[in-house]
Amino acid sequence: MKLEDLARQCGEWLRGSGPESDIVISSRIRLARNLADFPFIRQCNESDRFAIEKNLKETIFSIGKWKDLSYVDVNTLAKVDRQFLVERQLISREHAESDGARSVAIDQQEKFSLMINEEDHLRVQVMHSGLALDSAWKRINEIDDLLEKHLPYAFHPRFGYLTACPTNVGTGMRVSVMLHLPALVITRQIEKVFRSLQKISLAVRGLYGEGSQAMGDFYQISNQITLGRSEQELLQQVNDVVPVLIDYERKARQFLVRESQKDLHDRVSRAFGILCTAQTISSEETMHLLSSVRMGINLGLIENLEIPMVNQLFIHTQPAHLQKLRGSELDTADRNIERAHYLKNHLRKPDDDSAEKN
Amino acid sequence: MKCQRCEKPATFHITELASDTPDELHLCEEHARLYLTQTEEPEEAMSSLAGSLAQQLKIGQTAEDLSRLDQQACPVCGITFYEFRHVGRLGCPHDYVCFEEELEPLIVNIHGATEHTGKQPKNGKDSTDGRTELIRLRREMQDAIEQEDYEQASQLRDQIKKISDQ
Repeated sequence: MKLEDLARQCGEWLRGSGPESDIVISSRIRLARNLADFPFIRQCNESDRFAIEKNLKETIFSIGKWKDLSYVDVNTLAKVDRQFLVERQLISREHAESDGARSVAIDQQEKFSLMINEEDHLRVQVMHSGLALDSAWKRINEIDDLLEKHLPYAFHPRFGYLTACPTNVGTGMRVSVMLHLPALVITRQIEKVFRSLQKISLAVRGLYGEGSQAMGDFYQISNQITLGRSEQELLQQVNDVVPVLIDYERKARQFLVRESQKDLHDRVSRAFGILCTAQTISSEETMHLLSSVRMGINLGLIENLEIPMVNQLFIHTQPAHLQKLRGSELDTADRNIERAHYLKNHLRKPDDDSAEKN
Repeated sequence: MKCQRCEKPATFHITELASDTPDELHLCEEHARLYLTQTEEPEEAMSSLAGSLAQQLKIGQTAEDLSRLDQQACPVCGITFYEFRHVGRLGCPHDYVCFEEELEPLIVNIHGATEHTGKQPKNGKDSTDGRTELIRLRREMQDAIEQEDYEQASQLRDQIKKISDQ
């Protein structure tokens, strides 16, 4: 599978279907595992890393149903290609930017990826569209069981699965859900939401932003604790909180519709207008405007445009995706022009699926 | 005074007032610059959390105790407790065994618990302690090669092969 092909298809979490997908973009579970017979990554020399990579790669491809996974050697990948995988959430930023032998095995439908030699020897990641933590857990548990038959995982009877950083020890599991919360941002309730989540040890993080600044009003909620609770309990904690957040966001949207219908409609229409007609546009501005448009579609204020298309626009207007789709490297100024061009083409004709046929 | 992250002299003295007790950092110019300009993602923020919590271990101990503790090294991978405290990352699975006592307060601080109650690997036959031996043997083999003691290296290699094939 070439990366260019991947660029054109709509991966799992971009589908825009799945439960509660007006607000929940995706559900993600990550497991951290290490082999017992090698040092943790930081203490590894180059030959250790090669040996771990070889061992894991052979194990993964020895499993019948995984013979069609795409294997990508991240270490020798061009920077734009690494960035591409990060934008698509198939590898972490850490994986893209660190050094030394490291790679990733990717499912054709982008439902899961297996990172080799990230912070831990193996990081398994499953992503499902919408609020779907239970099915994501079922999938990742199966993957873990399959691998465990062939690999000596580092495990301690007291501390659980052993990880390079004590913040991941125990279950080695990070559960996260990505939410779109534009109304809570507009009504200035988002800070309150953060603070109450932090009180119950859930972390909140903005998507694609530096630090905690959330671009496009996307927020990722995840567990902070990984030890002392079972995987089911950690899942349940997030599963219990997300519906409450969804409810807050829906109420905030209804409030905006009731109390400032005209302003809201104006905001959404202007956003749509700029996206359709700009000649050059930055990625930040695009995220900001697409967020309003996405909310507008959910509230029935914009017609002839579907959520999957908007999700696709969010991804395809990211820097590396633009370049992969165009087939050449572009500097910032050229990217801004290309972005505007891409948006015009896809917003003016919402039924046009030439992107897939390209 | 030395930089807390390396051996150079500390020329920047930073007091962080983010938590209940002020955190004092003494850094050289390079580490101060890195510290002040870092953009942290939560995953990274949490591991520097581990590092700074490890720094807090200082509070309950005398300078002597701490320097003794810092010099302890893992017999398998060689990492010292000092190195762990400053990097926030451990060296190998055996560190959880040899530094168990020192790690416990840190783990309680992070997770509020020390006992794993979740999933366990089904194949008990591959115990972690048995496998981590390989890490130590490989390290010794590497040292033997560097010191050109090829007979020793060859013996170690045979030992490694024997255990790996089990």
